[in-house]
Amino acid sequence: MTSPAKPLLSVENLSKVYQGRQTLANRLAGVRPFSVRAVNDVSFEVRRGEVLGLIGESGCGKSTLGRAVLRLHEPTAGRVRFDGEDVTALSAGALKDMRRRMQIVFQDPYASLNPRSTVADIVGLPLRLHGLAKTTQEVRETVARILERVGLNAAHLDRYPHQFSGGQRQRIGIARALISHPEFIVCDEPVSALDVSIQAQIIQLLLELKDEMGLTYLFISHDISVIGYLSDRVAVMYLGEIVEMGPTDDVLARPRHPYTQSLMSAVPDVDAPGKHQRVRLAGELPSPLDPPKGCKFHTRCPLAIDVCRREAPISEQVAPGHQAACHRLSEDLSVRETAAGAQAR
Amino acid sequence: MTSAALNSAPVAAASGAGQTIFRRNLRQFASNRLAMASVGIVVLFVLLAIFAPFIAPHDPNETDLFRRLQPPAWQTGGEWAYLFGCDALGRDILSRIIYGSRISIFIGAAVIFVATTVGIAAGLAAGYFRGWVDVAISRLVDILLSFPYLIFAIGLMAMMGPGLVNIILALAYKEWVIPCRVVRGETLATRELEYVEAARALGASSGHIMVKEILPNILSPVIVVSTIRIAHVIILEASLSFLGLGVQPPTASWGSMVADGRAHILGAWWVSTFPGLAILLLVLAINVASQGLRDAFDPRFQE
Repeated sequence: MTSPAKPLLSVENLSKVYQGRQTLANRLAGVRPFSVRAVNDVSFEVRRGEVLGLIGESGCGKSTLGRAVLRLHEPTAGRVRFDGEDVTALSAGALKDMRRRMQIVFQDPYASLNPRSTVADIVGLPLRLHGLAKTTQEVRETVARILERVGLNAAHLDRYPHQFSGGQRQRIGIARALISHPEFIVCDEPVSALDVSIQAQIIQLLLELKDEMGLTYLFISHDISVIGYLSDRVAVMYLGEIVEMGPTDDVLARPRHPYTQSLMSAVPDVDAPGKHQRVRLAGELPSPLDPPKGCKFHTRCPLAIDVCRREAPISEQVAPGHQAACHRLSEDLSVRETAAGAQAR
Repeated sequence: MTSAALNSAPVAAASGAGQTIFRRNLRQFASNRLAMASVGIVVLFVLLAIFAPFIAPHDPNETDLFRRLQPPAWQTGGEWAYLFGCDALGRDILSRIIYGSRISIFIGAAVIFVATTVGIAAGLAAGYFRGWVDVAISRLVDILLSFPYLIFAIGLMAMMGPGLVNIILALAYKEWVIPCRVVRGETLATRELEYVEAARALGASSGHIMVKEILPNILSPVIVVSTIRIAHVIILEASLSFLGLGVQPPTASWGSMVADGRAHILGAWWVSTFPGLAILLLVLAINVASQGLRDAFDPRFQE
């Protein structure tokens, strides 16, 4: 964060609340409608050309965050600035133009392609929507070029999605996201639905394309090894909040937040098999319908003390560009040692 | 990258295995013999309707009082030139059945066409926009569904007066709720799929998403339901005509032919029976054919 350059994307205090409807019957019965804080007061920045990895377990709100940034899900509060422009305040027409510049690659390559459309129609859609190609011939030529770039070819133009394998479908999804030459891509778990061998190919492709086209990624994943491999910085999410964020090497090597520490301990260590000490978190992710008071992690945190149950911690700088939100940061504790101590007792 | 070598093989295999899901379903439908026989019967009726003037042996409205209630050909007093006999005005029943198929099939098809078009538009709007649009459309649907169909149609016919266009309107006024509910439900489910979200992320308009992304994917159940409903509409039209609210005499309609024969049912059974059989055969054929369509196109019925 020493770079003086203006960030490409800056997210300020973004929240997304899903609110149930208040019905007359509920009002009479005195029942409040449900409300889920999927993303709670999240702030971060992504610099041009950077890959920010967003990691967290299922249901922690990382996909919602990715979609709220693109206004695919309308944010409840907060601001998203893209290249200086306030995305959250854009009119429908201006938002459409902005969509050419910010794109998304989806998780499920089977659900994200319209089964009744041909590859030429799917990948060519952005060209038509934004008037980037005038004739059908021009659309097909442009689509064929980008297909070749992602490892497919012109012979695939008139095929339907079900005629492709998962990895090929993901290539089609990537081609669709890139054809309008965007600057910023949200990769929403783009490889988690694929076989491990195919995962490596797709990650490689994404990295190559990033360098070639000068892209910036917000890369969402629950796979630490994937995030560790391709991101410059990493943000760790727990129950709708970013608990730790910093340069990837620093966060992965010296995790400060107890949640990050337990996440890291779940990664098998190839160099020292057997010696590996795993911290098992007790219980499930609490329901976002009824999040815990104070620090949201206290129900599962091995280091939790009284203050954690009362007050939410504020994010603090722990190293250059590395911040974490925990009441016990200053004590420099390790979850691993504490857990080992507890077991010994 | 090694991807070029990796991806050519599976694609070749996939394209050899078969073209589209639609074609596979169509093949499955074609292998259902009962359904194909029913399609044959329906096609036969359609051909009768189109080529009625060339097929009918007599003018359907030509009266001949000497042939009043003449029995069918195989009974004593019958003539082979008048295969199914004649009605109380001496008109040839076979010719009237052939001409009557025009009314039944035209009204059935027209009502379903109007109703499906309106129903798709309303259902897409309700399911896609949700909110107050959905509330308004769904309440209207609920209100219309709370009326008994025939009573509703009789009331409208009484208000608008008889006539071909009025029958179509009277039936379509209520018929559209059926495709509308199917489309609304399917749209609600489909709009949440990732490819719809992808289109939104690319900057597609609501109109584009509804017509190009959602509609092609929900058409199969709509087509199946609409085919089944054609049979229903044909019966309703016959009922209206039977009650004297449908097509006006002397135009031949199966429903009014059955009604005409009612007075003579004990002495001249053929006047009501043959048009009644025509209704039965056509409706049965449409029902069996549409069941076959449903079996082939609805994944829930596939083994």
